[in-house]
Amino acid sequence: MKKILMLAPLALCAGAALAADLDAKVAEMMKTSFKANGIASLDRQVQDEIQKACSSPNDPDAATMKRLEEAQLATIQWPADGNYTGGDWKEGAKIAISGRGLTWTDASPDNNGGGCYNCHAMDPAEVSAGTIGPSLVGYAKLRGSSEEVVKYTWGKLWNAKAYNACSNMPRNGYGKILTEAQIRHVMAYLFDPASPVNK
Amino acid sequence: MRQKTIAAVLGAASVLATATAVTAQDLNFDEYRQMLADGNPAELFEMEGEELWRTARGPKNATLEQCDLGLGPGVVEGAAAQMPRYFADTGKVQDLESRLMTCMETLQGIPSAEVINGKFRQGERGKIASLVAYVVTHSNGKPIAVDLSHPKMKEMYAMGEKAFFYRAGAMDFSCASCHGEDGKRIRATSLPNITTAKCAAEGWGSWPAYRVSNSQFWTMQHRLWDCFRQQRTAEPIFASDVTIALSVFMAGKGNGGQAVWPGVKR
Ligand code: HEC
Ligand code: HEC
Repeated sequence: MKKILMLAPLALCAGAALAADLDAKVAEMMKTSFKANGIASLDRQVQDEIQKACSSPNDPDAATMKRLEEAQLATIQWPADGNYTGGDWKEGAKIAISGRGLTWTDASPDNNGGGCYNCHAMDPAEVSAGTIGPSLVGYAKLRGSSEEVVKYTWGKLWNAKAYNACSNMPRNGYGKILTEAQIRHVMAYLFDPASPVNK
Repeated sequence: MRQKTIAAVLGAASVLATATAVTAQDLNFDEYRQMLADGNPAELFEMEGEELWRTARGPKNATLEQCDLGLGPGVVEGAAAQMPRYFADTGKVQDLESRLMTCMETLQGIPSAEVINGKFRQGERGKIASLVAYVVTHSNGKPIAVDLSHPKMKEMYAMGEKAFFYRAGAMDFSCASCHGEDGKRIRATSLPNITTAKCAAEGWGSWPAYRVSNSQFWTMQHRLWDCFRQQRTAEPIFASDVTIALSVFMAGKGNGGQAVWPGVKR
């Protein structure tokens, strides 16, 4: 009995060392098993802090999540003039529908879609809507357009990880998937009373 | 009805790229799969593969009839259901495609580089796809039975599991972003939750498959390559460790489930 008790901590240490060893091997494999192709360069294989922290079936502890979220929040670029409007919901619809961009078969890293419909329902008339994210049907109708809601939504679109460090939603602004002008159009798609999202 | 379903299936093919109005009823693909059950177009590839297996080719002008897929030289029956597996002669864990590549190199003298640096559906890599169709047909209906006991298999499984959750690339995706929860869809396309044994078996055990949307036969290497493309990573190298590790993870997780080979997909 005593013997087992004494052995246990040793076994735990060995376990931790093996796990670190495995992580290092995997990180190495994620580089050596790939090659650069066009705009999809090898630096994509190296993880940033968020990607590293969110690469297991379970999220990190609450304190770590909070620390990560604060760092992501600091990356958000708010509109310089404090004005979130000015977008065109029709342009926003096109961006929301298009899932194009940033693969190794795309020639340019620009002019990407937001791929919102891959994960969200938005216009209730569009049946081909994914379910990875929550439904955004009636977005402004349900939530209103208070400064708080508008600001949060801009932030969420710019860097979704600021509000949930391990969100499945891409970081559109921070990750240079969408430009500020495109985010403005998507904002209009979500908030304009004339947008089908709010009909 | 028949025509309507075909149109929906074809339309849903490019879900990630284009908007397609699909009614909820059309999201069901099973009906279409059933229609094809008696005549899977993959049979053409299977026949070509069988022919290739028996044809003397390459600088050494030899057939593949002495190729050892793990059950002894020339044994095709049931071999695919037990792959990937550890092969002592190469000291490596290999999936069916990388094992065929080894056989082509050692028996026929066809350099592996030709396959690795080639393109899907072309040249020697295209020939491997036909050989895959031939070999998997002889495991159709069998339970997936991958032996994970060898230390290298254990290690590959562990690395595959890690790789499955490894977030990277322009959109922070991992395989789990799209295949980590039950009942999710990307647009109209259902996503299997590969972290469950049932869906791992369905996913692993239904590729290679004939893709109705583009009339192409795709191997698992091809499938993984396209998932990595959608994941926005750099391009995975053919038969590289990550593709083998993920295959061991999926096949191992799906152990006991039934292989339906070759599959039919949209
Ligand atoms: C790959 C999946 C994915 C994509 C692509 C995606 N989202 Fe999301 N989104 C999510 C998930 C998951 C959530 C749930 C909250 C969280 O975990 O971040 C979410 C949350 C949101 C929210 C907050 C909802 C709330 O109730 O607070 C908004 C707004 C939103 N997404 C808008 C968009 C828009 C607009 C786009 C396209 C430009 C987009 N999303 C693209 C997955 C995605
Ligand atoms: C951005 C989304 C996305 C990511 C990331 C992704 N996949 Fe997929 N995967 C899909 C879609 C969509 C399909 C279904 C395609 C179809 O039905 O034509 C699919 C299909 C599959 C299938 C076949 C399942 C079946 O039953 O036919 C397997 C296996 C698979 N993926 C494995 C992976 C692995 C392993 C990774 C990580 C390397 C991965 N996927 C990453 C979107 C993704």
